[in-house]
Amino acid sequence: MAGHEPAYIAGAFEHPTREAPDKSTMQLHAEVAKGALADAGLTKDDVNGLFTAGVPEYRSGLSPLVIADYLGMDATYVDTTDYGGSSYIAHVGHAVSAIRDGKCDVALVTLAGRPRSRGQATGSGTRELRTVQDSFERIYGATNITMYGMAAKRHMHEHGTTSEQLAEIRVAASQHAQYNDHAMYGDPVTVEDVVESRVVADPLHLLDCCVISDGGGALVVVSEDVRDDLDREAVEVLGHGEAPSHHDAGRIDITRTGAEASGERAFAEAGLGPEDIDYASIYDSFTITVLEAIEDLGFCEKGEGGVFVEGGTLQAPDGELPFNTDGGGLCSNHPANRGGMTKVIEAVRQLRGEANSEVQVDASVALAHGTGGSIATRHGAATVVLGRESR
Amino acid sequence: MTWEPRPVPEVTPETDAYWTAAANGDLLVRECSACGLVYHYPRSLCPDCFSENVEWREASGHGEVYSYSAARTMSGWPEDDLPLIVAYVQLDEGPRIMTNIDANPEDIEIGTRVEVRFVDTEEEDVAVPVFVPIEA
Repeated sequence: MAGHEPAYIAGAFEHPTREAPDKSTMQLHAEVAKGALADAGLTKDDVNGLFTAGVPEYRSGLSPLVIADYLGMDATYVDTTDYGGSSYIAHVGHAVSAIRDGKCDVALVTLAGRPRSRGQATGSGTRELRTVQDSFERIYGATNITMYGMAAKRHMHEHGTTSEQLAEIRVAASQHAQYNDHAMYGDPVTVEDVVESRVVADPLHLLDCCVISDGGGALVVVSEDVRDDLDREAVEVLGHGEAPSHHDAGRIDITRTGAEASGERAFAEAGLGPEDIDYASIYDSFTITVLEAIEDLGFCEKGEGGVFVEGGTLQAPDGELPFNTDGGGLCSNHPANRGGMTKVIEAVRQLRGEANSEVQVDASVALAHGTGGSIATRHGAATVVLGRESR
Repeated sequence: MTWEPRPVPEVTPETDAYWTAAANGDLLVRECSACGLVYHYPRSLCPDCFSENVEWREASGHGEVYSYSAARTMSGWPEDDLPLIVAYVQLDEGPRIMTNIDANPEDIEIGTRVEVRFVDTEEEDVAVPVFVPIEA
């Protein structure tokens, strides 16, 4: 980040599983931690910063202690910011700040969960009332898909966006997923396949929705001193921004997201703009999530996302804005219903030249963006801009 | 018809008047006497200016559909109530509030004028506001 001591992502690991009935969630946390540390060339004893949104299925305020205890880690710094799926992108920025403040120099970020093994179905959601808002929203059956459906419907109404344009986003993801041996859905689909799949909550079809998968991932963020002793190529964190976005007392505009602010902040910190991005990981809980984020991050004008994604814009390696080259949450993996982690991991792969060869982009600057929660009520937008290391 | 087995709202000291009014056939919004903001959901401090000088105001119960989505399946939901229309209604008083529209999805669109109805729950002092299209 401009004017500050550099910090780096030195390790990244995506669990290869998509269904783990015989493992505990905590075991997955440990496995991804081990994988990311091995990737960085560091050991468990090197870790002194512990970042996680906890264990989603426990919803326990004590989750950082649960995780530290299970992993057997003694941290000097802990952060459990929970924005839902974008948390792990926020954690990267928080880890950089903690490292710059000297609170830690090897920060571990972990995510794990097993919604598939628990039998969660697309379009379903809890009926339990947990927050003050739930008594005014969830009682009406407002699940993620009905809320993102409302956003899509309104975007269509204001801007003329079509189901076929949203389908282009799934098509591009599926083109990428065919080269990912771990992807849940590796077969390319067409626009027709998407718009002819069953409607789950109109106007969203089944293929507008992300997968439900078990698994997880981890990242290791380190100081410049630590990174100088490592052999592995690291990725510099150039900028970070986030924006909690909400119902605003009833003034909410569901065609806009916190990406407007989080993107602006991340770009400003990096001293870069949308035109500098060679590869983008964009949170894809649903196709509409991608469309609104593309507009709000400034890759095109507000309302023009539908036209922008037509004609293979998002398809690597030759599209104007190659996105989610692992197949993303739509086709590959959405561990624990939280896709921010895999967004960062694929951006790291791209910058290291370790994406699947058919979709490898010549990328020196990449972006990872997350939308956690619901764009129709509350969500945490988080953006990081990452750069290929030059040394 | 009662609301159950759908989740019944949790009543708190801050929201008690809202649900009780609904049980009596009135839709309430909050209005800040300091800055004039009309807001939903009810809070004791104005979310714009933090004034504690906020009043209950009876809303007209009229508004228009800001957006909606019809779910074709919903686990644990009464079959008779599918498809389920989850919507934001923009009240004539201003705030966009989440609700259900009791109608066929084919019969509404964004901008459709709607008015409030109240569905009783098994709790005597709690009814839930939903909306229906106003017949032209």
